[in-house]
Amino acid sequence: MRYLKASDIDFLAIGAAVLGSGGGGDPYLGKLMAKEAILEKGDVRLIDVNEVPDEELVIPSAMMGAPSVMLEKLPNGKEPEAAFRAVESFFGKKAYATMSIEAGGINSCIPVYTAARLGLPLVDVDGMGRAFPEIPMVTFSLGGVKASPMVVCDEKGNKVVLETINNAWIETLSRTVTVAMGLSSMIGLYVMDGKTLKEFGVRGTISLAIEIGHRIISAHKRKESPVDSILEVTKGYRLFEGKVTDVQRDLTTGFVRGKAHFEGIDRYRGTGFRLDFQNENLVGMLDGKPCAMVPDLITVLDRETGSPITTEHLRYGQRVMIIGMPCAPIWRTEKGLAQVGPRYFKYDIDYEPIEELMKRRAS
Amino acid sequence: MSYRLGIDVGGTNTDAVILDVNDRVVAKAKRPTTEDISSGIREAVDAVLAESQIDPTHIVNAMLGTTHSTNAIVERRGLSKIGMLRLCAPSGLGVPPFLDWPPDIIPHLGKHFEMVKGGYEYNGTPLAQPDSGEIRQALERLGEKKIEALAVSCVFSPVNNDQELLVRGIAEEVFGKSLPVSLSSEIGSIGILERENATILNAAILKIASNAYVSFQNVLLEHGVKANLFITQNDGTLMAVDYARLYPVFTIASGPTNSLRGAAFLSGLSDAVVVDVGGTTTDVGILKSGFPRESTTAVEIGGVRTNFRMPDLISIGLGGGSLVKAEEDVVRVGPESVGYRITREARVFGGNTLTATDIAVAAGMADIGDPQSVKDLDRGLLRRAGERIKGMVEEVIDRMKTTSEDIPVVTVGGGSILLPNTLKGASKVSKPENFEVANAIGAAISQISGSIDGVFDVASKGREAVIDEVKDAAVQEAVKAGADSKTVEIVELEEIPLAYLPSNAVRFRVKAVGKLKKGW
Repeated sequence: MRYLKASDIDFLAIGAAVLGSGGGGDPYLGKLMAKEAILEKGDVRLIDVNEVPDEELVIPSAMMGAPSVMLEKLPNGKEPEAAFRAVESFFGKKAYATMSIEAGGINSCIPVYTAARLGLPLVDVDGMGRAFPEIPMVTFSLGGVKASPMVVCDEKGNKVVLETINNAWIETLSRTVTVAMGLSSMIGLYVMDGKTLKEFGVRGTISLAIEIGHRIISAHKRKESPVDSILEVTKGYRLFEGKVTDVQRDLTTGFVRGKAHFEGIDRYRGTGFRLDFQNENLVGMLDGKPCAMVPDLITVLDRETGSPITTEHLRYGQRVMIIGMPCAPIWRTEKGLAQVGPRYFKYDIDYEPIEELMKRRAS
Repeated sequence: MSYRLGIDVGGTNTDAVILDVNDRVVAKAKRPTTEDISSGIREAVDAVLAESQIDPTHIVNAMLGTTHSTNAIVERRGLSKIGMLRLCAPSGLGVPPFLDWPPDIIPHLGKHFEMVKGGYEYNGTPLAQPDSGEIRQALERLGEKKIEALAVSCVFSPVNNDQELLVRGIAEEVFGKSLPVSLSSEIGSIGILERENATILNAAILKIASNAYVSFQNVLLEHGVKANLFITQNDGTLMAVDYARLYPVFTIASGPTNSLRGAAFLSGLSDAVVVDVGGTTTDVGILKSGFPRESTTAVEIGGVRTNFRMPDLISIGLGGGSLVKAEEDVVRVGPESVGYRITREARVFGGNTLTATDIAVAAGMADIGDPQSVKDLDRGLLRRAGERIKGMVEEVIDRMKTTSEDIPVVTVGGGSILLPNTLKGASKVSKPENFEVANAIGAAISQISGSIDGVFDVASKGREAVIDEVKDAAVQEAVKAGADSKTVEIVELEEIPLAYLPSNAVRFRVKAVGKLKKGW
């Protein structure tokens, strides 16, 4: 167990953005809310998964909605309380802790806010070890944990508990409810006991994100590149160094789907890189050959500052470093790949772990 | 004959130009900027009137570009005590105003705020009905704090400002008309924290900006200039001085904007990269349809996060005064600079410091000071320093472009003598006449604009009808601000579907621009 202080939140937000693989959006509001809640209510206990008793209840928390609405209609502050009481009365049991669904964007910090507001510990775990575009894309699904019952709350005090036949209905109904609430809501879903969490959670995501963020910010202060130290802690690889030469985006599907092209600089001069994304980065190709693919993590960093660049902020002329990191082992199982592997995202390629691809590239 | 006077108060120099009705430069002058602003303006106006020899009463319009308000915020100087009222409850209580402000500015403004019932949903329907009694009590509590100005924000007020107007009315009853009130719907766009921050800053600089404008008016009156007075704003358009006194925060990025607009005018190009080389830094921006391309990320002013649309600029440490150092194989240029001491310290001026200007003179690109003093410079050093300067600028140009195609480049500013006539990525390089007073010219040729930014439900009325409606609203805003309705055109229409959710909410950002109305 350790305590999360307000100053750790800057590290968490930037580190989670590295793990967010280009997704998640701007973490600013979440960061602000988490810091304010800590300053008001005190430091948050970050506990290891093993500290959660098998039979105790953990409720993940997050915000859902249109990012521009979230930035205008801010939370009331009582939503986490309302959400947790609703789930607790459904199960007839108090919550033991809260946790993150995914790394990246506003939702890397919302569980800290919830934990501070409710005086609950935050478990050092998440359901992705990165960010993904759809609610069912969590490791818990592999263990048969349902998103339902899900609670959706708004700032007015309304709360809706959804109990659905499958995760697809959770996606449909929770979006409909969120639209009716004014395009923004606070949610709790994938409620599970300590035993299930130990088996299917991605462990250590929060402390890893804080460590990455710490390394980026301190390297920046020393005016050094943080890349090597990020790769060391994530067991990652340098995939490419270059500049963005073209970005194409298509917003029609409700996701930000697109491709970015890069031209090599320095030791990558004369080579080209292509990055495909759908909210998050999916497949990276060096000179037409895949060198990293989903569910492994691919992140674009600013070459000068080492700050992660999300897919919506990629633009022509940026000088970047592209890194790849191995995903949580559970995603590499047959069930895991069926849910988030390249074929799920309509690529006609078999998944190959980044370690193998890099070994082949080296030889 | 009628003339226009353009003045730009920069960090180092105050420039003045007089243009005739055909936009020809009749006279120009450059004088050092002074602490009190007005003596510098007085000197520059003296000089430019003397050179032009025109009758001062023939100056019909006078335009001032100044970063005085920006400096007040950055230096925490002359700021007023503020009361902040936000209409948001039941939302927003978890994220109060003044969060994340730099602690050192707080004592200058106070941290007095109230949050009351009110606000709207994204489509303009009320989130909660405001309660006049509650608002009145909140204002009275703020009044007890001896506030000098009031800032008001409201959830989704860019979509519907009725509730903010209600507060303005109640504030007049509580405080009388003497207390200035700034409404967030008149200041910024979607993103309540940033809009509210900008509104607070606006309220805080009302007094200092008003004083500066009054002294500008007085200087002109002293010289017998009885022109209409305008202040240039961030987007390259004008505000009548009476309007600018209410919205001084709109002027905080006018410096770089005027340089970009001036470059557009001088070169006759409307789509180009503009490289403005000063004494210490080079600012590179992009012209799109004759106006600066704006940044999409949040802009901080004196450490306060706002959502202003500022010219998208990259600044690098390269200028006429940049130090040139040879280190083994590499030649470094900048970021250190002798700055305004260039006229004493550079070699061509008899000093001992090797600067970028010395390199330009030695290479025969400029005729400044004493060329003899640099004629013994090593040719290899000259070549490598020249390549370095060129490379630095080329890299920034490339970073600013949105496509890989070559694009015209315009170079302005006193330091632009450093730059060669060809640059990689440039389809051509223009070095227009009067390049050293581009900012003042940018101020003098400014137009009038109106803009709309909000989230609209396109399902009920249909997309086309909504677009017509927002375009019309933007044109009306421009006409209200002094534009000739016959010349107003839409220069920007941005449609942003709100991703992630299957709704029909779309955010539109529209800007209309026109020429000044005759008689203005």
